[in-house]
Amino acid sequence: MLESQDLQAIRALIAKAKRWDAFFGVLGILSLMVGVLTFSALFVDMAIQGIPRLDGNFFINFPSRRAENAGILSAWVGTVLVMFVTALAAVPLGVAAGVYLEEYAPKNWMTDIIEINITNLAGVPSIVYGLLALGLFVYQFGFGQSILSAGLTLALLILPVVIVATRESIRAIPQMIREGSYACGATNWQTVRDHILPYSSAGILTGIIIGMARAIGETAPIITIGALTFIAFLPNAPFAGDPPAGLFDWLFSPFTVMPIQMFNWTSRPEAAFQVNAAAAGFVLVLMTLLMNGAAIWLRYHLRKNIKW
Amino acid sequence: MSNATTINMDADPKLAIKAECRNFNFHYGDFQALKGINMPVYDKKITSLIGPSGCGKSTLLRSFNRMHDLYPGNRYGGEIVMHPDNTNLLAKEVDPIEVRMRISMVFQKPNPFPKSVFENVAYSLRVRGINNKSELEDRVQHSLKGAALWDEVKNRLNDLGANLSGGQQQRLCIARALASDPEIILFDEPTSALDPIATASIEELVVELCEKVTILIVTHNMQQAARISDFTAYMYLGELIEYGVTDQVFIKPKNKQTEDYITGRFG
Amino acid sequence: MSASTIVTLPLNQSLDLQVSDRLRKKASRHMKERVIEFLLFGAALISVFTTLAIVYVLVSESWVFFQHVPLKDFLFDTQWTPLFDDAHYGIMVLLSGTLTSSAVALMVALPLGTIIAVYLSEFAPFKVREISKPFLELLGGVPTIVYGYFALVFLTPLLQKIYPDLPGFNLLSAGLVMGVMIIPYVASLSEDAMRAVPMSLREGSYAMGATRLQTSLRVVVPAATSGIASAYILGISRAVGETMILAVAAGMQPNLTFNPADSGATITSYIVQVALGDLPHGSIGYQTIFAAGLTLMLMTLMFNLLGYWLRKRFREVY
Repeated sequence: MLESQDLQAIRALIAKAKRWDAFFGVLGILSLMVGVLTFSALFVDMAIQGIPRLDGNFFINFPSRRAENAGILSAWVGTVLVMFVTALAAVPLGVAAGVYLEEYAPKNWMTDIIEINITNLAGVPSIVYGLLALGLFVYQFGFGQSILSAGLTLALLILPVVIVATRESIRAIPQMIREGSYACGATNWQTVRDHILPYSSAGILTGIIIGMARAIGETAPIITIGALTFIAFLPNAPFAGDPPAGLFDWLFSPFTVMPIQMFNWTSRPEAAFQVNAAAAGFVLVLMTLLMNGAAIWLRYHLRKNIKW
Repeated sequence: MSNATTINMDADPKLAIKAECRNFNFHYGDFQALKGINMPVYDKKITSLIGPSGCGKSTLLRSFNRMHDLYPGNRYGGEIVMHPDNTNLLAKEVDPIEVRMRISMVFQKPNPFPKSVFENVAYSLRVRGINNKSELEDRVQHSLKGAALWDEVKNRLNDLGANLSGGQQQRLCIARALASDPEIILFDEPTSALDPIATASIEELVVELCEKVTILIVTHNMQQAARISDFTAYMYLGELIEYGVTDQVFIKPKNKQTEDYITGRFG
Repeated sequence: MSASTIVTLPLNQSLDLQVSDRLRKKASRHMKERVIEFLLFGAALISVFTTLAIVYVLVSESWVFFQHVPLKDFLFDTQWTPLFDDAHYGIMVLLSGTLTSSAVALMVALPLGTIIAVYLSEFAPFKVREISKPFLELLGGVPTIVYGYFALVFLTPLLQKIYPDLPGFNLLSAGLVMGVMIIPYVASLSEDAMRAVPMSLREGSYAMGATRLQTSLRVVVPAATSGIASAYILGISRAVGETMILAVAAGMQPNLTFNPADSGATITSYIVQVALGDLPHGSIGYQTIFAAGLTLMLMTLMFNLLGYWLRKRFREVY
């Protein structure tokens, strides 16, 4: 009973425990601050270094031996083309795999293997995908060190992200929606096409954007397949050039991408190239921030609007 | 309705009041869940709170040890006073942790921690700064005996609490609540997740416990309230409709609404 | 008896005749459904093929490598000079760089990530949580090449002010920045695990008079052990597999050292270094990167197996 205990002792104990509480609260905020400060330092430092370099010419110049003439034209065009291939491969495959696992897959060992496999792939270091692509796409399939190889490599890399996002947003659809559809006489595929995909599309889109944001910044696997760091030309547009290029010739063209261009400049000793690296890095960070921000915004609004 | 507050029962003069609600109100955000509750809780007696779901009985129970402080947007009004020291449990300067050390609680679903049987009970002692091994062993054993669980678990004290049966888990939670020598134990529908046999053993235990400690119990089972409690409070839509000695409330309720509920005409 | 059969039989038959046309499975529709299911299944199988292809490429190229280099040399030689005339292939050299930089990174990421997770899950007001979670996500989305640049041109000069002997390329600065990069992964996954702990356990603890910290450390964290273990394993995999930060900021000279203040190459940065050069396909230098990749893969596999074991061992029983 309390009467027999020393109330003062209890109070002292609580006060002590609460001091630890307060101490931990401060510790938590300080830990968060490490992240905030690092990010701010990184962003501000790069902005100060890089923004003065960001004039129109920077975007329409090829890389050059002279730092002040160098630009990121071939890099951003390369990034756009590689991302295009990546999206074209990863989105249908990832969404289809996600739909299969949620709506079709029977409960058996095959499904278990696929699921465990996807979890494991998400943890495979990105450079290993580079080695895979080097052995498989570049040499076995003979795609060479091309936009196609790079796009497919990154597609494999972000496939788990797209699959997981697809599955999660499909899983959020209540069973009664499916039952309603089947009760109308719809087939499995009609249910998926008319209900499951439309209702989960925003969630899937969020996953795709996050995956693409990751792909855009990936450097290691693309270097591994042998992307060149100095490219002073653009892939041929379809039917352009002499002799005229075919519709898909650009797929097999050598290329560079933004992060590789930045890496190239970062590893130069001259300070002027460091400035270029900062400028390219700033553009790169802005792109990923915008994409991730869009995904976060999308998810936030999704959560607010959907009511089943 | 508010006449419930003025009930003057032919009480035993030896009865001491352990705690009482004085014009107690409670809000979840803008929603007023409890309105002007006035009710005594007698020392070393069992008081049961009954009423249809949503009537506020659990809300009232959880106010006694300030569980509502865990969630934002909850507001208390009025007082819940604890005797003999006359402390208003709801006062800003009163620490909810101190309140919970004096008033412990047993929940609707057994919620043993993912720890051993021993550590589950020892936990409420450890948070009080008791870490001495032999003292812990003594008091854990004492509480497990008090919860009529010792004989069943004395050989598996290192087993996970979750490996016990449902009824044993609930008695483990009671032992946990007992270990720190509380003045009041709150029971929030403690048998609603249990089978009839486990329910009977918990009920028996609760009746035994009231020799040493004051008990406030929420139940949705009127027979249970009638079987075990000394006093009964009937609540409806956040108000206390009727309060009195259990036999009186069940045999000749003063309020028509109470009678309807007890006889099963609604609820 | 017989009368009723006489009455019902024709009725059944006539019903059969009336509806069978409409209820019969349409072969075309059935085929279409099967084809679609097969295509979707094929898409799901791509992931399995990816794994098989990774294993195949790594093992087959490494196989050729190990025809030339005895496994004993690979494991125990203390020099890594595959591109010199006097070639040595001691993977230990690259492993030391990987382990040292990962250790530095994890010493930053695991404690800070866990503290942030506990703070966000159990302490932080709703507003702080709502702002911090997306911010952490953004932090995790910054390309690693940018982190590498930051380590090289910002953190290393800063550290050199405190410790002037620090070389321009070093594992310390790369490791520290890598740690910050990994914080979001650890924090976010651990926090998810803690939030999955049912509220009833917390209430049980608070009802005993426990404080927030006591409830967090003694009830919530133990209950979320398996999830937190997964988060740690992911963090370790990230650290071991991280490439660009090290390629940029740690230098690429193979160096058998466990001193973070030295420069050094890691398994990953070595692969980048070779890929940047111009090694002919099929040469022994070319095959070294697959042997290095295989080592990396085996390490992550080991951590993943450890993760499975931990998850099984500490699976939550609420």
